[in-house]
Amino acid sequence: MSEFLQQLINGLSLGAIYALIALGYTMVYGVLRFINFAHSDVFMVGAFIGYYAGEHLPRGTVLGGMASMGAAMLGCAVLGVVIERLVYRPLRGGPTLNVLITAIGVSLFLEYAGQLIFGATPRAFPDIFPSRVIEIRGLIISMNQVIVIAVSTVLMFALEFIVHRTKIGTAMRAVALNPKAALLVGINIDIVISFTFALGSALAGAGGVLYALNYPSIDPLMGVVPGLKAFVAAVLGGIGNIQGAALGALLLGLVETFVDGSRWSTYKDAIAFAILIAILLFRPAGLLGRVSAEKV
Amino acid sequence: MTRLLRLLPLLAATALAARAQETIRVGEIACLTGKEASLGTSSHQGTQLAIDDVNAAGGVLGRKLELISEDTQSKPGEASTAVRKLIAREHVVAVLGEVASSRSLEAAPICQNSKIPMISPGSTSPKVTETGNYIFRVCYIDPFQGPVLAKFALTHLKAHRVAIFSSSTSAYSVGLAKYFKLAFVEGGGEVAAEPKYAEGDKDFKAQLTAIRAAGVDAIFSPGYYNEGALIVKQARELGIKVPVFGGDSWEAEDLITLGGDAMEGAYLCSHYSPEDPSPRVQAFVAEYQKRYGGDKPDSNASLGYDSVLVLADSIRRAGTTEHAALRDAIASTKNFDAVTGRITIDANRNASKNAVIIQVHNGHFQFVESVAP
Repeated sequence: MSEFLQQLINGLSLGAIYALIALGYTMVYGVLRFINFAHSDVFMVGAFIGYYAGEHLPRGTVLGGMASMGAAMLGCAVLGVVIERLVYRPLRGGPTLNVLITAIGVSLFLEYAGQLIFGATPRAFPDIFPSRVIEIRGLIISMNQVIVIAVSTVLMFALEFIVHRTKIGTAMRAVALNPKAALLVGINIDIVISFTFALGSALAGAGGVLYALNYPSIDPLMGVVPGLKAFVAAVLGGIGNIQGAALGALLLGLVETFVDGSRWSTYKDAIAFAILIAILLFRPAGLLGRVSAEKV
Repeated sequence: MTRLLRLLPLLAATALAARAQETIRVGEIACLTGKEASLGTSSHQGTQLAIDDVNAAGGVLGRKLELISEDTQSKPGEASTAVRKLIAREHVVAVLGEVASSRSLEAAPICQNSKIPMISPGSTSPKVTETGNYIFRVCYIDPFQGPVLAKFALTHLKAHRVAIFSSSTSAYSVGLAKYFKLAFVEGGGEVAAEPKYAEGDKDFKAQLTAIRAAGVDAIFSPGYYNEGALIVKQARELGIKVPVFGGDSWEAEDLITLGGDAMEGAYLCSHYSPEDPSPRVQAFVAEYQKRYGGDKPDSNASLGYDSVLVLADSIRRAGTTEHAALRDAIASTKNFDAVTGRITIDANRNASKNAVIIQVHNGHFQFVESVAP
């Protein structure tokens, strides 16, 4: 029983990080109908900003940790907006495939620029938050896991609030529904799209710091695998749907953890993905996605 | 002027030819960047030091050695590209490297087909030299290392129930886990859990939670230092207090940098100890520290150094750099006095030497015991 609960906590903290990345994928898809493949590398940049900020801020304190994470979120938000402004905006209106391929290009650019700037050798991520272990009847919860789950929950609620209760959130949903109609009623699409990228990238930045906190070895290619998993989680939940992305990510984190903890750990990804394929067979639009007629 | 211009390529060609005749070109493949950069950098520094030493002593056959290094970036696929380039474009007489068995296994068939001798400094998987008669190594192999660690666990750690946490995607890890298990079970031990991970994984908590539930006396994790450090760190976080130990690929400064305090007390297997009082070892340690500063050279540095010495000695005995003659000379290396011990290349082109057990103590590697084959 205690093993089951322990695995549950392990799975939740992994899923929470996937969720933060998945939200960025799903938001950009919801608004622009394209997969921003550079998103996983924004996540990596977030971890590195957290690393450098952590070197200059007091370590092992909640305030210092929050400041590092804030720096990563801000840095990533700016990076997200810059990428959109310089690379995606000139291509807007063209075929989606062009933007998709460009996104892969931006992704590779960030990965290899990262190797040039930060070096390819993994680095140890500092303990920016106070590291402690809480033990409740054989159940071991590390402070980092608590922080990951708490921060992710807060950020997801904040996102939900922004999207559903604010003016800019309403504008985002309007653009997602129909960009031309949104333009006609006087919504500045450029600002809404920039905001979407800033929001998604800030979440990826926070995800990067939280991931590095739990698995403290960072390198410029660290975003590839979690990014892929988060993308799958977003599809599983129903891409374009915010709650769906969070649900899909938690599910993926839990399935991976339970397979890893069983004797079939060699086939972790194979089993996890087989389950996902099975779910998609029965719900092709994802868990919470709505089946809609293709707009061509 | 035009005549001079027309002569220029000719001049350049003669200059190149003269240069080619002057030096003996030795290729090296090492993971200088990426995941296992710590191992590759050590081995490269040792190799470069040995090349300079040989040259300072007058070179080989009156010619200087020239080292041409290629970075394999710790990635699959890069080793074969690097070796093809060294052979086809750089015309090297021999290839030194790789440290990692998986990448040596990529390079070996290419060297074998081109009949270019290859000497791996630190790949311990037996499969590497099984590729063919042109492939050698200057270290011991996993069928020796595995039983050494099994005996150490049974007698020194008094562990009779262990978990083996290995990587399913590294040839080295799979092999070492297999040979350890064989010897450990034969010695009366029991393997209680055998979870697997994949190279590049960072989350090991699920498998470690399962290991914790299995209740073991010790954890053996044959794999590379990068994952090793995270495994030990997460194990300690989960409250697993039993001893942990790894193979020779844990021996890297970064193991301690990445793992921090959690690594204290961990054991690993190594090829030599810089604390060995023999004058040969102490001279090498002093020279290495003078050249590169910092910590004492680890076993990959000394194995890299030895790979050059064995090659230079073989070229000398062969009296030529012609491939077949050079191969025969390397194969007949006997009782060669190297830094990591006396090297005799056996019929399977491996070196049989002592293994050393090391423990992490106060953030440094400390000698525990030496085990003879």
